[in-house]
Amino acid sequence: MTNAFIVGAFEHPTRKADDKSTAQLHAEVAYGALQDAGLSVDDIDGYLCAGDAPGMGGLSMVEHLNLRKLRYIDTTETGGSSYVIHVGHAAEMIKAGKCNICLITLAGRPRAEGMQTGTAVRSAGSGVPDEPFEIPYGRTIATMHAMVAQRHMYEFGTTSEQLAWVKVAASHHAQYNPHAMLPKVVTVEDVLNSPMIADPLHRLDCCVISDGGGALIVAREEIARQLKRPLVKIRGWGEAIKHQMAGQVDLTWSASVQSGKIAFEMAGCKPSDIKYASIYDSFTISVIIQLEDLGFCEKGQGGKFVADGNLISGVGKLPFNTDGGGLCNNHPANRGGMTKVIEAVRQARGEAHPAVQVKDHSLVLANGKGGSLCTRHGCGTVILEAL
Amino acid sequence: MATMASNRIPPAPVEDPTNKAFFDGCREGKLLIGRCLDTGKPFFYPRGISPFTLSTNVRLEPSKGEGVIYSWSIQRGKDPYCLAYVTLDEGVTMMTNIVDCDLDTIRCGQRVRLVWKPSDGGPPLPMFTPV
Repeated sequence: MTNAFIVGAFEHPTRKADDKSTAQLHAEVAYGALQDAGLSVDDIDGYLCAGDAPGMGGLSMVEHLNLRKLRYIDTTETGGSSYVIHVGHAAEMIKAGKCNICLITLAGRPRAEGMQTGTAVRSAGSGVPDEPFEIPYGRTIATMHAMVAQRHMYEFGTTSEQLAWVKVAASHHAQYNPHAMLPKVVTVEDVLNSPMIADPLHRLDCCVISDGGGALIVAREEIARQLKRPLVKIRGWGEAIKHQMAGQVDLTWSASVQSGKIAFEMAGCKPSDIKYASIYDSFTISVIIQLEDLGFCEKGQGGKFVADGNLISGVGKLPFNTDGGGLCNNHPANRGGMTKVIEAVRQARGEAHPAVQVKDHSLVLANGKGGSLCTRHGCGTVILEAL
Repeated sequence: MATMASNRIPPAPVEDPTNKAFFDGCREGKLLIGRCLDTGKPFFYPRGISPFTLSTNVRLEPSKGEGVIYSWSIQRGKDPYCLAYVTLDEGVTMMTNIVDCDLDTIRCGQRVRLVWKPSDGGPPLPMFTPV
């Protein structure tokens, strides 16, 4: 258990930022989260950001935001899950007495920049030791996640129809989100009839490419109780990394096995206690793997678990991504962890759209996965309690 | 409908002082895997240290070049190609391409053997084709 609370959350409404720089987006989401919390910039004494922030580590953003009272900076980079892990790091530093109020920001504009996020071969920079053994083979984000899906189908009999149900559920939620890029409700057939991108993943199995960003403010309990917003406590969190293990590749599980276990142990609860889950949805298969790894169902049963609307709020047992998620709403900077936490905070506060708000929102979870499920990735899990 | 693997020429791998021995092996038609001499265990990708002990007590050994497809996908588009993980009989899994076949017939668990394909200005690269 921590003594930290999420007191501010803000999601940028833009989905295509032709007229704003990445630094400007970071600044706008920081301001939005401060306004949401009822705090001002000089209250911030901890700052966390990741690889989407322009400049060396967080230095340029700290200057751009003119943060002058920092006692803690953290630039942990695990791709899209970074911000989930940042929530945990902020909570720990607050618990240790190192700081009181932490700001976490994410922003980017891959859509305005015309980036081919999923189907182009991308390098992480020079001197990366694994890349000479991978890049010549044309590995893309789409084919790598498709290999995870292919193996899941082979080992467990998961079907394309079951994968499609993840998208169908997300679309049912997105119809209520005026900012969602894909607000139209789709069917299993729509997903299966969309073009094949990387076998067995169709276009509608893939998340959107969007600009935008988001920010969170984490503060110690005494401060949270002085503010006017509903209380959302960080009850547990965990982080973990998984990779190819020197050639012992196993695509059937993710680092969420460990990050989830650690988070549930800290929170003192179990998956069946969770009333709402934000699950990182870069692809439909990503959701199935994480649901299994977090313990919402047995390994290999994720396909059956998500079928027939089980993830749709008001219909199924585990409402997920009620903002429409990365599959339908947005995936700012190609990094979906921030928006996963933000929607979990909305649910915990009882401030999600009324059509998708869960009735009992006492315990909610947000899970992030960053990097590639196929090669190396980091997972972060946070469990939030509405007090 | 068959989808033949395209004649995609892969970009040359970026060679460095440590991975050069592996790619020199490729130039000689040898697929090399790492062996930790502290533990006796094989590893991939090859590196200058043992991933099990971090000591430099390692060597490169030739693989027989046979194995099974662990998983695969086809990047669709103008020039479709198959990305795969192949588990070598020596017990390590490597990323590669499946080539010289109808891409629509590729399956997990399929036996494959090593073939060499040219890269764009670099060493030939190890790829696999169904047996």
